[in-house]
Amino acid sequence: MPNPDASGHWGEFGGRFVPEALIAALDELETAHAEAMADPAFRDELDRLGREYGNLPSPLYFAERLSEEAGIEVWLKREDLNHTGAHKIRNVLGQALLTKRMGKSRIIAETGAGQHGVASATAAAYFGMDCTVYMGEEDTRRQALNVARMRLLGAEVVPVTTGSRTLKDAMNEALREWVATVDDTHYLIGSVGGPHPFPMLVRDYCRGIGDEARAQFQDRTGALPDVVAACVGGGSNAMGIFTAFLDDEAVKLYGFEAGGDGYGTGRHAATITAGQVGVLHGARTFVLQDEDGQTVESHSISAGLDYPGVGPEHAHLAASGRAVYEPVDDAEAMAALEKLARTEGIICAIESAHGLAGALRLAKSLEPGARVLVNLSGRGDKDMGNVVEYYGFAETAAPNGAQ
Amino acid sequence: MRTAEAFAKTRAEGRAALVGYLPAGFPTLADSIKAIDIMIDHGADIVEVGLPYSDPVMDGPAIQKAADRALAAGFRTRQVFDVVEAVSGRVPILVMTYWNLVERYGVDRFARDFQAAGGAGLITPDLIPDEADEWIAAADAHDLDRIFLVAPSSTEERIASTVAACRGFVYAQSVMGVTGARSATSAAAPLLVERTRKHTDLPIGVGLGVRSGDQAAEIGAYGDAVIVGSAIVNCYLDAEDVPSGHQRLAELTADLAEGVRR
Repeated sequence: MPNPDASGHWGEFGGRFVPEALIAALDELETAHAEAMADPAFRDELDRLGREYGNLPSPLYFAERLSEEAGIEVWLKREDLNHTGAHKIRNVLGQALLTKRMGKSRIIAETGAGQHGVASATAAAYFGMDCTVYMGEEDTRRQALNVARMRLLGAEVVPVTTGSRTLKDAMNEALREWVATVDDTHYLIGSVGGPHPFPMLVRDYCRGIGDEARAQFQDRTGALPDVVAACVGGGSNAMGIFTAFLDDEAVKLYGFEAGGDGYGTGRHAATITAGQVGVLHGARTFVLQDEDGQTVESHSISAGLDYPGVGPEHAHLAASGRAVYEPVDDAEAMAALEKLARTEGIICAIESAHGLAGALRLAKSLEPGARVLVNLSGRGDKDMGNVVEYYGFAETAAPNGAQ
Repeated sequence: MRTAEAFAKTRAEGRAALVGYLPAGFPTLADSIKAIDIMIDHGADIVEVGLPYSDPVMDGPAIQKAADRALAAGFRTRQVFDVVEAVSGRVPILVMTYWNLVERYGVDRFARDFQAAGGAGLITPDLIPDEADEWIAAADAHDLDRIFLVAPSSTEERIASTVAACRGFVYAQSVMGVTGARSATSAAAPLLVERTRKHTDLPIGVGLGVRSGDQAAEIGAYGDAVIVGSAIVNCYLDAEDVPSGHQRLAELTADLAEGVRR
């Protein structure tokens, strides 16, 4: 497994840039995770949970009509069909089971649009743990439905009123809370970012996406895909599907970042493309920052990709050239979302539509019939408000609904 | 002035040093210089100048708000050297900064410019010695003190390795939590100081939560320095205008200075 070095670095990226007060907890977590992963009983229990509760393994689906249009074979890893509607259930079940194993009774989490918050609240409900979710005040207003879901599931939602009042500030607040409550609380981080061992740990719990997809793909086609594509915000779904293919040198790996209004406008969340190395939220990685190193706000139609950092393993894969990262702007992503809906009857998350849009753009430069595996990381139910706004359906809709 | 000189003086007087913190650029750039002068005039032995940062994960609401204000007013990293230069000479001037700002400026370049401005050393709340090779080399090259933190959760091994990397003093984070004035001081603090002393002869400063002369006296009984931050920032956040903030700061500093002399 391509793990970081003993101090949590992939090349120059990763590490631990956190207050000393958290180091003991990170050490404890690292040890507990290593022991858990080496314990067949833990892995069996996690597999059982995934199967019986999470609806795993998710299907691999050949998108026939979309493929015909695109001139390549488009294969979709259907993480949108998982319980709670995205790959995130894998991470939260893994971390919550680990929390239980460590004898802690409470989890805290940060959330942007609310998807990781809902997944965390779900896992907390399942395990009977207390759960507090930090969410930017701005986001609590925009995503009231997800706030309601979290509260229904028994979680406390704390609106964060500092800084830009978005995901990065929610992470700051979760880290602050964790320092004060680390004895009985686990910080259930939502992506492959943060201080070591979080990037490795979250990847380990998400890598089932690629492990399953690789086996499924070989079963169905007798071969491996030519390209694996995924959207990248923090990067958990992309690391989840990439990891199984890292040693398959012929398989090209593509991560698609949020290009927002267009990369050239400066209003985007394409952190790797922008290429500025920095330290944010406990790790050295690529960071959207100004000349002084102050974090710059990111922009994307997709709340799940709207983050000014990225997981350090992605930074390393980009720097080493093993994976290629390109921006996909809002308009391209929405066009892919619509195309998938109309050719396949699948409404995916706007995040996932970035990965699909990138794959479709890439199709033009691939051999006809090339096989592309796209991680369809989540479903689009949560995004219908954005869709209504984007297409102006609210104004044009007939009483029965749009079109 | 070097940190060690300030501690030599306070040790000779048989008391703890008073360390006052204020973010550069707060309440305004000019008034941050004035405020630091007020602190020194009223008995601060060492000054910690904060470098405002967009994502201060170790700070509570007061210091966050102060940093936000400084940044909103256009504060730039290089201005911290102007502040240091304006106030240096009377007492050691340290800068407390999150690491990305230094890395972005260039670690060696930051050390050089800071030293040239008369700075004594850096306190780095989100940089542990394990990640600090470049800073340790720059601090040696430019003869600067480096102050790392120990915490109640630190193991004996980590206390030992952390103090070994420190120069000037050791910063003992007295509570598990962010900065902010508290009505009661931490029970964990004396124990942490005692544990840390077993590993070093360096002075040990105790921070996080101090807001009164009484608390300063209590901490001064076992710590070598009493570090006050949020309470100082609150002088301005709670005041109607900057002049009354200066007045509050003068009174608070005098109270704290009296506390460390009890």
